[in-house]
Amino acid sequence: MAIKVVLPAHLRSLAKVSGEVQLEVEGPVTQRSVLDALEASYPMLRGTLRDQATFARRPFVRFFACEQDLSHESADRALPEAVASGVEPFLIVGAIAGGRL
Amino acid sequence: MREAIPCSISGIITDNMSGVRVLVGTRKGAFILTADAKREKWVVSGPHFAGWEIYHLKGSPADPNRLYASQSTGWFGQLIQRSNDGGKTWEQVDHKFAYDGIPGTHQWYDGTPHPWEFKRVWHLEPSLTDPDTVYAGVEDAAFFRSTDGGKNWGELSGLRGHGSGPKWQPGAGGMCLHTIILDPSDPQRIFIAISAAGAFRSDDSGQTWKPINNGLYSQYIPEPRAEVGHCVHHVAMHPSRPGVLFMQKHWDVMRTDDAGENWREISGNLPTDFGFVIDIHAHEPETIYVVPIKSDSEHYPPDGKLRVYRSRTGGDEWEALTNGLPQSDCYVNVFRDAMAVDSLDSCGIYFGTTGGQVYASSDAGDNWAPIVRDLPAVLSVEVQTLK
Repeated sequence: MAIKVVLPAHLRSLAKVSGEVQLEVEGPVTQRSVLDALEASYPMLRGTLRDQATFARRPFVRFFACEQDLSHESADRALPEAVASGVEPFLIVGAIAGGRL
Repeated sequence: MREAIPCSISGIITDNMSGVRVLVGTRKGAFILTADAKREKWVVSGPHFAGWEIYHLKGSPADPNRLYASQSTGWFGQLIQRSNDGGKTWEQVDHKFAYDGIPGTHQWYDGTPHPWEFKRVWHLEPSLTDPDTVYAGVEDAAFFRSTDGGKNWGELSGLRGHGSGPKWQPGAGGMCLHTIILDPSDPQRIFIAISAAGAFRSDDSGQTWKPINNGLYSQYIPEPRAEVGHCVHHVAMHPSRPGVLFMQKHWDVMRTDDAGENWREISGNLPTDFGFVIDIHAHEPETIYVVPIKSDSEHYPPDGKLRVYRSRTGGDEWEALTNGLPQSDCYVNVFRDAMAVDSLDSCGIYFGTTGGQVYASSDAGDNWAPIVRDLPAVLSVEVQTLK
């Protein structure tokens, strides 16, 4: 099943894509499996969303889907069915607070 | 920073024509400025990596078209970019900076132990002889090296592990390794500086290190003459005099004539000895430049006058250079890596401000003019002399 992922502008530039990214995810659709598939297709994004050693989410990166903030959910928890079925996108968002002006 | 290097690039510099390429890192991208040897008309390229903080970019002395850039944001972390054509095109190389072993702790602002955490690369220093070898100074302070053009990075952990690491603490800008100086006369000798730990020297290519802070006096630390803990802002060396170093400390301008074994103050008649940048004339190793800043709580020039100060005597005696610089209502800062010189016959001096101007003098500081203005806040300035 193709999963739809929306990247923030900086990472679309880095990955040289425009609009949504379509990913094939093997097995259960979780944050971890989606990010694994994303980094496999776009290795330039490694380290930009989660630590390369610990895989901890970077503090000012947020994961939204189906009008829910999933940022603090377990990386192995199943994502909403609408995301897994490709109906709704998995949104990767740069937090409004964070970084530096 | 001041190597005379053979090159031909596009733009207004053509083959067999000397010129200058100025590499500017800003809060929101990188800019590359080029001019011929007259340094009167400038072509501005950029922003490269728009929207990202570019703490530093620098060219290889061994291959001037090989550039390295440190690209980061607080949101998405650290990236390293590399160019093989003088900045026309870039490729992302690896950016995995992992501390060697268990990182341990350093002092936090309140004096409590705090785990070492990688945040960003402050400074990239390409090898003097090998375009694929490049050193990185990072926050939290550590020293990394790549020998394959940035594809893989390894920490030279002898610096962080030499013994004083637990006593290091962050300055206001973070605990950063911001200065890397490679000795052209001795390939094994490296100088680095950390805010706020001090200066260090290695005589074995970075394997082992010793603090070189004897003579520094810092009233803001419990032991003003401590071996480590000093907030060094920047250090400069002239390639012809590798044992002589000049330092802009948090407060105080200092020099050493014995490769850091002993320092003495040379602030002399400066209006304030707080500041960030310090650099040296390309052809006169006793001519040095600083930009005095009012204080550590007021990061702008005294009296609203942007003045570069020049000493032709290796310190102590300073003259204000003001022609072409704003002399009223100027409240910008000049960050520690934001001054550089070219090595054309009439030495050029360059510096960038937090107001987004890059000022240049093609006559060793006597006269100044902005070569670009209204950029994002300038974080770093490097210059390549193309011959």
